[in-house]
Amino acid sequence: MIGGSNLPNAQGYYGEFGGRFVPETIIPALDELLHAYEEAMADPAFHAELAHLQQTYVGRPTPLTYAKRLSDHLGGARIYLKREDLAHTGAHKINNALGQALLAKRMGKRRVIAETGAGQHGVASATASALLGLECHVYMGSVDMARQRPNVFRMKLMGAEVLAVDSGSKTLKDAINEAMRDWVTNVRTTFYLLGSALGPHPYPMIVRDFQSVIGVEARRQILEATGQLPDVCLACVGGGSNAIGLFHAFRDDESVELIGVEAGGLGTHTDKHAARFANMDISRPGILHGTRSFIMQDEDGQIRETHSISAGLDYPSIGPEHAYLRASERAYYTSATDEEALAAFRTLSELEGIIPALESAHAIAEVIKRAPTMSKDSILLVNLSGRGDKDLDTVIRVLGDKL
Amino acid sequence: MSRVSGLAALEAMFERSKAEGRAAFLPYFPIGYPDYETSLAVIQAMAEVGVDGFEIGVPFSDPLADGPMIQMATQKALENGTTVRKCLQAVRELRRCGLDQPMLMMSYANPLLAYGAERFVADAQAAGADGVIVPDLPPEEAHYFARACQQAQMCQVFMLAPTSDEQRIRLVAERATGFIYVVSLTGVTGARAELPADLTDFIGRIRQHTQTPLVLGFGISQPHHARQMNGLVEGFIVGSAVVRAAGQGVDAVRDLAHSLRTALVNS
Repeated sequence: MIGGSNLPNAQGYYGEFGGRFVPETIIPALDELLHAYEEAMADPAFHAELAHLQQTYVGRPTPLTYAKRLSDHLGGARIYLKREDLAHTGAHKINNALGQALLAKRMGKRRVIAETGAGQHGVASATASALLGLECHVYMGSVDMARQRPNVFRMKLMGAEVLAVDSGSKTLKDAINEAMRDWVTNVRTTFYLLGSALGPHPYPMIVRDFQSVIGVEARRQILEATGQLPDVCLACVGGGSNAIGLFHAFRDDESVELIGVEAGGLGTHTDKHAARFANMDISRPGILHGTRSFIMQDEDGQIRETHSISAGLDYPSIGPEHAYLRASERAYYTSATDEEALAAFRTLSELEGIIPALESAHAIAEVIKRAPTMSKDSILLVNLSGRGDKDLDTVIRVLGDKL
Repeated sequence: MSRVSGLAALEAMFERSKAEGRAAFLPYFPIGYPDYETSLAVIQAMAEVGVDGFEIGVPFSDPLADGPMIQMATQKALENGTTVRKCLQAVRELRRCGLDQPMLMMSYANPLLAYGAERFVADAQAAGADGVIVPDLPPEEAHYFARACQQAQMCQVFMLAPTSDEQRIRLVAERATGFIYVVSLTGVTGARAELPADLTDFIGRIRQHTQTPLVLGFGISQPHHARQMNGLVEGFIVGSAVVRAAGQGVDAVRDLAHSLRTALVNS
């Protein structure tokens, strides 16, 4: 069942984080969206249609895989992988895209716009739009288009228009700016299909709710497989949608430790990373893209350019609910560097025959550090949020002749 | 004699333009474009041809309500090292040079909150500014500035858009001080050839709920637009067109401001 949390509050806040910091033009559209969402949530037909598509189109439930060779190799916790890489389009992004596209259709909006970083949300939006007969425009930074070419082609194949964004750092942050500018212009006819658990209320809530299927399934599956709850749930965090989707079902299981892994880039001692919680000299609470959360910024409040080898984690802010989970000490956040993620990318490929997305490889990197410190009867559940095929260009460039 | 400031300065400005039977003209210009000194010269040139007030732009790296022209200008300003502090210094210098029109500081929430909302209002007032406009702070989220502005008798301007319903109009009317910034169209800032056809209806919907002066912005760039403002609203804002002219030099800005200003009296 989707929903069922007491957060956010009526103003869209998770503690001191969240809210609706957008131009007036958009506020009525956010009200309209919230209203439509609440109506849909109260309508069994909506749930039935979404569940049917999840099963027959996305391929849910995705499996839970025991990573035996990785567990043996690390010599500690038993490691289970929640296989979102096996969802249609190869990542968890489809869960939210399909939910929101159904909502768009229900609201009578024939045109959807989306932003994308790694391209996975763009692909998921293009896919859901093709399935439901919606017109789809995807904003993507030109730097990201260069490093995720296969995904650009996928979107175009499915009939979406991919719009290159050349402003600012030419990555996800700028794609969101441009999508917001489109929305403010075409707000009456267009549905903004936002891809991560961020943006103005109600987006962080809607994205979390549509992604919460990950944790709901994983919790049931791990109980079936092992008869117990995991000791640790672990996921990578860019905006934070796959992590919040996993964490949400475990939020009341006090014995379960929740760990998010941010992009450590070239190291959190440098300024070339995207770990919003790592260094309070360059990251503080602030406002970006409609929500109050932790933001990488300079002392004058200008947004910093971030760096990560993975386009999907290369973003200066983080979903407001993560800021809240950290502040309330319900979840703990750490980071993995580009190098550690690349090593994890190879390790999982070699030991399990699973090529992870570079984003997900950050979570695996933390597994590699943490599992050996845990006892052999403990359980570590990690969200394998996507598959790595889209990253082969990047990895070939870095590892190339070392393979 | 000391200048009336804050809310009183805006009230005096609207009284004057009303007495002259015209709308007030409040250009927007960002500090630091194309460089600090030139931005001050541009503002002074506009003051000399008799514009009524100013929106002083404080650049932000991610201006999501702005179109390409203002994005370009504020990006350039940031590359020139323009900071919030520098923008306050600009206001102080302009006052010292005798500029006496009202000035409202306009920026996005993050740079102002990074500076500190209360500290910003206090320092802006000390520098000689009369109010703040923050497009990504709707009334529900504007509590950061509300008390400080109220205590300092500074204007806190809110926006209304064509999408705003009655409930939003009432909320903004209740909270806005100085004037209400009426966004003429659904979209980002930037010059348009023609203004929307349904402006009169939209303005009429707002007038049903408030006596607060209405200042129209977004898309206005030409003398025939300015003439349309008389009798429709109490004031109007021109931003992107001024920035575009500044790309050709201070004289181009003076000419544009002069043509818009004279259009108001020869209509």
